[in-house]
Amino acid sequence: MNVYDPIILTLILLVPLAGAALVAFLPDRAKLPNWIALFTSLVTFAFTLHLPAHFISGQPGFQFEVNRPWIENPAIAYHVGVDSLSLWLVVLTGLLAPVGVLASWNVIQSRRKVFYSLFLVQQTAMFGVFISLDLMLYYGFWELSLAPMAVLIAMYGRKNGPRAALKFFLFTFIPSAPLLVAILWLYSRTGSFDFTTLQVLLAHGSFPSGAIFWVSLAFLFAFAVKVPVFPLHGWLGDTFAEAPVAMAMVVAGKMGLYSMLRFHVGLFPAQARYVAPVMIALGVIGILYGAGLALVQRDFWRLLAFGALSHFSLVILAIYGLTVTGWNGAVYQILSLGVVEGAIFVLLGALESRYGTSEIAAYGGMAARLPHTATYFVIATLTMIGLPLLGNFIGEFIILSTTFTEVSRGWAIAAAVSVILSASYMLWLVQRLFYGPESALAERPAPDLRFGELAALTPLAVLMLAMGVAPNLWLNSIQSGVHPLEVKDFAHEHPTVLILPSIVLNHSTRGARR
Amino acid sequence: MNHSDIYRILPEVILTLTGVAIMLIDATLPPNWPRRPLGWVGAIGTTIALWASLWQLSLPQGAGFFGTVETSYFTVFFHVLICGIILVALLLSLDTLPAQSHHQGEFYALVVFGAVGMCLLTSAIELLVVFIALEISSISTYILAGYRKSTGRGPEAALKYFLLGSFATAFLLYGIALIFGATGTTQIYEIARLAPLAQNQVLVVVAVAMMLVGILFKVSAAPFHIWTPDVYEGAPSPVVALLSTAPKAAAFALLLRIVYEAFPSLHSFWSPLLWVVAVLSMTVGNLAALRQQNVKRMLAYSSIAHAGYLLAALAGAADIGIAAASFYAAAYAAMNVGIFAVITLVSGYDDKCPLIDDFRGLLYRAPMLGSLLIFFLISLIGIPFTGGFFGKFYSFSSAVDGGAIALAIIGLLNSGLAAAYYLRLAVVSAQRPTADESAVPRPAVGIAVGAALGMCVAATLALGIVPNTTLHAAQNGAHTLQPPPETQPPVLTPAVEVEPQASH
Repeated sequence: MNVYDPIILTLILLVPLAGAALVAFLPDRAKLPNWIALFTSLVTFAFTLHLPAHFISGQPGFQFEVNRPWIENPAIAYHVGVDSLSLWLVVLTGLLAPVGVLASWNVIQSRRKVFYSLFLVQQTAMFGVFISLDLMLYYGFWELSLAPMAVLIAMYGRKNGPRAALKFFLFTFIPSAPLLVAILWLYSRTGSFDFTTLQVLLAHGSFPSGAIFWVSLAFLFAFAVKVPVFPLHGWLGDTFAEAPVAMAMVVAGKMGLYSMLRFHVGLFPAQARYVAPVMIALGVIGILYGAGLALVQRDFWRLLAFGALSHFSLVILAIYGLTVTGWNGAVYQILSLGVVEGAIFVLLGALESRYGTSEIAAYGGMAARLPHTATYFVIATLTMIGLPLLGNFIGEFIILSTTFTEVSRGWAIAAAVSVILSASYMLWLVQRLFYGPESALAERPAPDLRFGELAALTPLAVLMLAMGVAPNLWLNSIQSGVHPLEVKDFAHEHPTVLILPSIVLNHSTRGARR
Repeated sequence: MNHSDIYRILPEVILTLTGVAIMLIDATLPPNWPRRPLGWVGAIGTTIALWASLWQLSLPQGAGFFGTVETSYFTVFFHVLICGIILVALLLSLDTLPAQSHHQGEFYALVVFGAVGMCLLTSAIELLVVFIALEISSISTYILAGYRKSTGRGPEAALKYFLLGSFATAFLLYGIALIFGATGTTQIYEIARLAPLAQNQVLVVVAVAMMLVGILFKVSAAPFHIWTPDVYEGAPSPVVALLSTAPKAAAFALLLRIVYEAFPSLHSFWSPLLWVVAVLSMTVGNLAALRQQNVKRMLAYSSIAHAGYLLAALAGAADIGIAAASFYAAAYAAMNVGIFAVITLVSGYDDKCPLIDDFRGLLYRAPMLGSLLIFFLISLIGIPFTGGFFGKFYSFSSAVDGGAIALAIIGLLNSGLAAAYYLRLAVVSAQRPTADESAVPRPAVGIAVGAALGMCVAATLALGIVPNTTLHAAQNGAHTLQPPPETQPPVLTPAVEVEPQASH
């Protein structure tokens, strides 16, 4: 065991906070806040790489665990740890931080101190969400992640920031009220906020089934808004259109999806199975609805927002298919989407900062002027639409094939339409932005990608390829990651308590990797 | 009475002496001398009183002066809280009161005299002493509320506060009279013993209802909240910082004493009543606050809502409820005094920037104050790692624990609603300033105000990150009011331990 193992997660939480404090207290001179933020996020990223390097694949349970009592009464503990479900999400968060800083490098011109310190606080909050194993601690970070986001959207919104910020905040804050009540209810019945303890207690204990159902629903509702799941996506378009790039690329998707997997399906498998048909239906509706709306957007941020809704809905489908293979695919897809969307955000942000508009119709024929931008954008687009040998393909394939064979053929076929639709809106976007007749904008002289942007995009592009070519690098460790969710691990005495589809227990997870 | 009884009211004595000293010095100083040092005298006196309260912990707990006042963990908790608020309010006034005011000395004396009443209110266990203490604190605050004599709003606020306040106090007094009629005593422990045996139970119920009206008026719970926005708007901001926290904390202490200590036998009567009042306060307060354009009126309605959150704690079992309510009072005081301190600094003693829109660009004009404003707003919203979060957390977990799940859900939805108007202020202050606002003076932060703000920030953060100490103190206080019975589980721990075999 490495000497850093016990403190590495605490370091990951504290380093961005320390960076935020440093940014806040040093003067806003030249690019000093930028450099501190970049340095801090790189250091944090290096720390997160410690996790996969020393992670023991296949070992059940949590690793790098720290469990210290924090508040005696109610018994809240500083309990953090990663298993392979959260392992790569932490690394992804770490990776996207420097990307975000680089993407904001020249865009954020005023109040840099506020921006970068809040950006770093937001980092801590997101790491906290992924590694907390105490429900209160988790809730704390979950809520904490909202405030910096809302303030930054308000301050740096493009046209109507304050309104978008309010909308975002209320949409995500109000559902967390029932979540907190549900957590408190669990505590008043079990006396524990601890994830692992609760998992065992919930699996074995007898609770009033009606109440437990409502509790699980409160969890689900909070997460579903955050993902977002159709029809709770009202905030997404405005937020994507207004939020600064570095914020927008982390706001949706992974936190909500992870939370669903860990805290909804993980804590309430029976109840999750009960709502699964609804969630699958909503997922498929979301896939088609999002893709359909993306086709008709005039603003590329909004197009991206609805495209994201469609892609996240596919992950919902995978999660609530309740198959181990599907979960593998879901986690893989979350990672891959994080990388791709990060890249697309950086690229569109670069375009907007050069030409000052996000109106698709204003662009055209940019490829000749901005060859690098066009190249990277096409790579990202191809990944996004799930071209084989690129990142998203693996996830989509696993999800769709598992849904087809193990969940429902009809829904799988309906969901598969999304592949065509996403190709349509993404390729059409590429065509309208970069090809075709040169627009008035293309006449305007603008530099191609700067060094900072290239430095942010190149690793992402390499990752997209790597995730498509060598998925086993990740899948191997992810596959042990769904362990804690699996029936036999936490219900060893009474496996039937959890009414998962019996096929899950017999199914070999190897099938989908072929 | 023996001479050591004096130690039971030591903080009150110190505060009284301080107040008298300030008045005497003020009267003897030549008129053109600055009165500012008197504020420091008040601050020092309050600090000593605060230490004296802490020192009281070394006394054996119990009553003095023929069973009229007591010292216990409960009284010390509230003494420290009230003295802390008074200290911050004094420091705040030191730097913000207009220097040429002729009544500066009186101001400090009144603040300190008010503190005497509030402190006494928390330690009194005899209803007539309660009444006297309430009057001492009320009369001081009535005068303080009208301190801006030059504007029409100041006297209006004072008069409104005085008339409605006297009316409410009359209710309290009437309730005391009725309870004396029903039980033949005004001593709280005696009442607790005799009230269930009283022949005319109707009289007792009416008495409790009347006393509740009087107290709920003081804590500005709906439907007795009408005075709050007008008074807050008219009173000078440093006074509102005090007014919205210290008398309320004292009144909540009294409420806890009355419902849990004097009338536990009537739980089935006052519990639903307070449930309704809690729901009303939260909802009315938040809905009204949403529509406000004036910052102080908005915060007035927000304080009504916070009274509702606090009352939610009383849905829980006695010891949990008292601890949660005490903790909430502390957390609320820290952040509310803090935000009024910021507002005082921004808009000055005479409210130069009364409207929310006047705060536009504060973060640019005065980055430090802007950040503090947003910080306190975040705490008022109840974001984790601030005092506001744990306040709500304990309050609603007490409600959930007491079975009032509906109340907790209403409360939490309300706190979501509340986020809308807190955020509006935060968002406005984070917007870029418009060009014409360069004329607005930059607020200067002196040492005294700096210390006051520092104390508020430290308290808000400490209550949000390391709430253990305060919670212990609150629990100890709860146990002195309401010793935990042997059969009851310890505070805030599960009622039912789930048995692994239960699934069979």
